[in-house]
Amino acid sequence: MVTKRKLNIAVSGLNAIDSPGPGVAVIRALREAKSFDCKIIGLAYESLEPGIFMHNLVDKTYQIPYPLAGIDAIMERIEYIHAKEQLDIIIPNFDSELYPFIRLEPKLKEMGIHMCLPTMEQFEERHKMNLNEFGEKYGIHVPKSKNISSSSEIKDISKDFKYPVLVKGKYYDAYVAYNADQVKTYYNKISAKWGLPIIIQEFVHGTEFNVTGLGDGLGNTIAAVPMRKQYITEKGKAWGGISVADKKMLELTDLFISQTKWRSGFELELMKDKENKFYLLEINPRMPAWIYLSVGVGQNIPEALVNLAMGETVEPFTEYTVGKMFVRYAWDMIVDIKEFHAISQEGEL
Amino acid sequence: MNIKQNIAVSGAGMIFNPDTGETFTVNPIGAEIINGIKEGNSLKEVQEKISSRYTVEPSTFQNDSEDFINLMRNFLLIEDGD
Repeated sequence: MVTKRKLNIAVSGLNAIDSPGPGVAVIRALREAKSFDCKIIGLAYESLEPGIFMHNLVDKTYQIPYPLAGIDAIMERIEYIHAKEQLDIIIPNFDSELYPFIRLEPKLKEMGIHMCLPTMEQFEERHKMNLNEFGEKYGIHVPKSKNISSSSEIKDISKDFKYPVLVKGKYYDAYVAYNADQVKTYYNKISAKWGLPIIIQEFVHGTEFNVTGLGDGLGNTIAAVPMRKQYITEKGKAWGGISVADKKMLELTDLFISQTKWRSGFELELMKDKENKFYLLEINPRMPAWIYLSVGVGQNIPEALVNLAMGETVEPFTEYTVGKMFVRYAWDMIVDIKEFHAISQEGEL
Repeated sequence: MNIKQNIAVSGAGMIFNPDTGETFTVNPIGAEIINGIKEGNSLKEVQEKISSRYTVEPSTFQNDSEDFINLMRNFLLIEDGD
């Protein structure tokens, strides 16, 4: 009997809430990997992230400091966790974590911890704030956008845009505003949470599609799964979706990967207008919360990402099942207060 | 005129367009029209077959079925060609 290698994999994004982090979905995929077995180490920021208490998926969880605490604080905590768990891989699942982890990558590699992340240049270039330049450079349609850093600029929006417009935070949150007053409300709301600048983006009417995929850093598409959102929550999150066959989206994904030489998992947010033209609304530099659909259609992207991180050659997936749906659900877990105390007070469970 | 090749139609009248991810429901007559065309019949042949089996004025059915085909065309479920 062949024994599969066992990898110790740390995963963040355990907040399986109404605007969910991808961690739990990534872990489900890793548990179904055919090429390795794994011990899953959860990395949590808050004591009530649901993944912490999912003991069938997560073997052990450690609290880690928020990215704002700085890379030294993060490094110190990772060193502590590594001493106990001998980590092979870390999969950070939040946009805001990528900046510190990209910077820590060489140090972590010396410690024997692997990651599959975009380069700092790729990470910065695809930023919402730089999407116009990105579209121009790579020949990809993007909606017109403008960054504003002062509320005094709001009155001038109507010179450049027709209402409604999208008001977006640099990391998260997006609202549709129909007039300058609404822009001001959202400007204050978002800037209080995520800081400046705020991005004003042309509102494209149409149907929302997403593609999740994986690039190997050499310009090759290892995986790509397009999905149409079928059920969208008030926060704009897909609560249900279906895999689709649209070739244009796959071509767009190949173009994105070959042009940027993207390394890592990602999600492209697309809008198809009435003329069947696709606009790239956003590039998320990590796997999405619906990544488990990739397993459902035959492309286990988290497994492939782990193998890439470990330096292995990964053969590109060539097909996937069209017409497979995901339907998300909420689930109440019963948790003993001792567990809550352990993660809150000792920072591990 | 053809139903797009990759369009899937279930026995119960669910249509799935794999390119767009859209699903539609049609009634049993709609399903008969679609399946008839998918089997290689012309619209005229389908109209004749169906109106011979039901109590309906042929001209009424012809108008209704053409409306139905136009609706399918609007939803990009039909490709016109040779």
